[in-house]
Amino acid sequence: MRYPPMPGPAAVGARAGSAAEDSEPMHAATRGSWLMVLVLALAFVLGLTLTAPVSAQEAEAADDTAAQALLEALDVSSFSAKGEAIEAIVRSDDPRARDWLQALLDGRLQRTDDGRFVVALDNSGRQWPVEDALTGEALGEMSRRDLERIGINNALRNQLRSAIAVVDLYAADVGLRRASAERLLGEVDGDLAGPLAKVIEEEPDARVQERLIQALAIYRLEQGEFAAIDDLRGSLHPRVRVAFNRVLNSDDPALVDGAREALNSIEQMLKVNRAVETLYFGLSLGSVLVLAAIGLAITFGVMGVINMAHGELIMLGAYTTWAMQQLLPGQPGLALILAIPAGFLVAALAGIAIERGVIQFLKGRPLETLLATFGISLILQQLVRTVISPLNRTVITPEWMSGSIAINDALSLTLNRMVVLGFALVVFAALVLIMRRTRLGLEVRAVTQNRAMARSMGIRATRVDILTFALGSGVAGLAGVALSQLTNVGPNLGQNYIIDSFMVVVFGGVGNLWGTLVAGLSLGVINQVLEPWAGAVMAKIIVLVFIILFIQKRPRGLFPQKGRAAEG
Amino acid sequence: MQSRSWLMRPFGERSTLIFLAVLLAAMALVTLMHLAVPPGHSLHVSAYTVNLFGKYLSYALLAVAVDLVWGYLGILSLGHGAFFAMGGYAMGMYLMRQIGDRGVYGHPVLPDFMVFLNWDSLPWYWHGFDMAGFAFLMVLLAPGALALIFGFLAFRSRVTGVYLSIITQALTFALMLAFFRNEMGFGGNNGLTDFREILGFNLRSSETRLGLFLASGVALAVGYLLCRAIVTSKLGRVCVATRDAEARTRFLGYRVERFQLFVFVVSAMLAGLAGALYVPQVGIINPSEFSPLFSIEIVLWVALGGRATLYGAVIGAILVNYAKTVFTGVMPDAWLFALGGLFVLVTVFLPRGVAGLLSLRLRRRRDADASFSAKEASA
Repeated sequence: MRYPPMPGPAAVGARAGSAAEDSEPMHAATRGSWLMVLVLALAFVLGLTLTAPVSAQEAEAADDTAAQALLEALDVSSFSAKGEAIEAIVRSDDPRARDWLQALLDGRLQRTDDGRFVVALDNSGRQWPVEDALTGEALGEMSRRDLERIGINNALRNQLRSAIAVVDLYAADVGLRRASAERLLGEVDGDLAGPLAKVIEEEPDARVQERLIQALAIYRLEQGEFAAIDDLRGSLHPRVRVAFNRVLNSDDPALVDGAREALNSIEQMLKVNRAVETLYFGLSLGSVLVLAAIGLAITFGVMGVINMAHGELIMLGAYTTWAMQQLLPGQPGLALILAIPAGFLVAALAGIAIERGVIQFLKGRPLETLLATFGISLILQQLVRTVISPLNRTVITPEWMSGSIAINDALSLTLNRMVVLGFALVVFAALVLIMRRTRLGLEVRAVTQNRAMARSMGIRATRVDILTFALGSGVAGLAGVALSQLTNVGPNLGQNYIIDSFMVVVFGGVGNLWGTLVAGLSLGVINQVLEPWAGAVMAKIIVLVFIILFIQKRPRGLFPQKGRAAEG
Repeated sequence: MQSRSWLMRPFGERSTLIFLAVLLAAMALVTLMHLAVPPGHSLHVSAYTVNLFGKYLSYALLAVAVDLVWGYLGILSLGHGAFFAMGGYAMGMYLMRQIGDRGVYGHPVLPDFMVFLNWDSLPWYWHGFDMAGFAFLMVLLAPGALALIFGFLAFRSRVTGVYLSIITQALTFALMLAFFRNEMGFGGNNGLTDFREILGFNLRSSETRLGLFLASGVALAVGYLLCRAIVTSKLGRVCVATRDAEARTRFLGYRVERFQLFVFVVSAMLAGLAGALYVPQVGIINPSEFSPLFSIEIVLWVALGGRATLYGAVIGAILVNYAKTVFTGVMPDAWLFALGGLFVLVTVFLPRGVAGLLSLRLRRRRDADASFSAKEASA
């Protein structure tokens, strides 16, 4: 095979012109990436269920004849004919092409006496373990004397090396092409540059094309080509930064200035990206805090009951998720979804038991309630330790929640945190609706404001107490289900969140759901903003001290309750 | 009786005299059974047991400190473990400096963990702790200063009730996280340990242990008398008034926050003293003493013994810790069940604690402080 000649300066100039608009398709591509992920996920699910075995077999048979022909073409004496055969293999779109080329390069592609093509897995010694080049079937050991090597020369060796690098670029699967293009960044050399330019023109996928242009541009930049800077502008890939930094030592002052300017703009964009990432992590942490605290906002904030066992109710929710996954092995996703109502129920029932068993006897004695519920939390923890295990349990993250969404080269958002963030908002919205729009919410607010008056209006206060406590506890269970996707599920899970939860409720203003939301999210963000320069532990300490001081200033939190209810 | 100075007034009380008599008798008995009864005899008290009793007595002093603020001021502090631990760390720093060049690394000044962290000089706050007088002063001043700052801020802005409980808990939690950090210079996770001697006495000898036990007993007696003096004084009456109706007391013209601050600081200092006596007896101080769980446990001792009696706190501390020693030895898993169950049972069925049971028989007798209604106090 003969590669087309290196593109001359004129051709490069022409490319540079078209590459100036590169940033445009890139943004389109990032926007498209969301859809892409969804489509891929759908395709994956469909692919699992709809694969038709019969047609697959037929296709395989047809494939093998074609593949045999491809290899057959290699077994000729003329080296230039071999070159063309290699080219044919590269363009064949055969999934085994890469292995064949590699084997050919290593001298492991062999032919047996009866004309079969085999790949030697290890060609040292006399007896070689081999497998069929077409079927991949292991054929045991063969003596080297029974095998005939497909020979190559130095020119072919260079061609092979380039071919192996780009072989996937010809694949029909866009995913393979994309991965191959990723690999090429910073790896392009003189031999590859020529064919790459041609591939770029033929590439239908905008994202792959853009990657390839960048890969080529890095090479061109290294060759001292000023126009390449424009092709690389706006790319956040680390390899691009490495390339620019290398150019900074070049002799050409114009090139150095151009590179420096491009680097600066890249740094700016990176800063923005980092800020977005911090915000995302902050919101994620905040959503966890909101989930953990929102149930408390109901039991403590609305009912005035200090439930120190709230953390253990969260833990029960997390263990429910684990138990559901044990009950439904192999279907972690379904189990997780079923765990949402189950976790709510388990925690709510536990909550009712606590309310009926202990808290109702301690009405109006908040400090005693605190101590008694703390005792309950100890019992629940120890119960889990004894009955299940003192060790952490693994909860599987289902397929559709793992991985991350790549926004660009420098920023990718993990999917599980995004789901939890969304879940927290949904739970919050549901709670606000319940408190604002339902009969229960109305009764709860009435009992909170004036118990005696509410009772004389015919509201059964005891029933309202039970239902409110069950609701708050159930939400704690939901928090546990969500947390099981982010942290270890162990007996200490609840303990780690109880103090934070109280802080969030007190910071936001007791008895105010919106305050809890704002407080939780802002504490999460503050924590993440502090972390880079203070360290994780120090950030937490600073946040705690901040809240302690804040409460001195505003003892009733960010959004204090107003009116008569506030004096309760 | 009224003419006596407030410091002497506790000696006129029957309960105080009984308490002192029982405490002194117990100390004398233990000393006698340790020294006079030969080892091997069934009545002999071993050095280990003396040490254990010493530990209980320092816990009892801590419980008295908590009862002073909770029982008489209505402040449920869930962070008294912090003051205890600070006193303990001050004592631990003194003991560390006493090791001198006998540490593993043999450095003449730096404690082992600092050599391990490659530090080349003492942090500024470690200076002076080689002098016993300064260190013992810091045992009182360090927790006192923290309580002063924290209390000043909290009481000035009238943070009370549950809110105060929660932020005291946050305080001790934040301190625990801070002390876990190696950069703080307090030994991080491992804390301070490997102590050798105190005031020149070998910490491992049984004589020193007996001495520490007696010191703890004396400290408890002094602390008890001090608290008793405070609660029977006019100041104490204002405290109880604050506890029962804070707003009303304020309207009567009392600067409630000053009374609260004074008593809170005294209580923190007593807790620090308890910590300082505790550390040489157990031989280690680490950040786990700051854990919120420990602080809540102290409150349980007081609740079990009987709030607002002081002697109840002592009974509770000794009972719970004795039970803990027994349980964790026999069936470690059951201890947390028992502890959790105690929390629930005491608060629901025994709101006045063991002392409440005792005083049931003496009900007719007057005791102004015991006429304490849980309902009013927590409002």
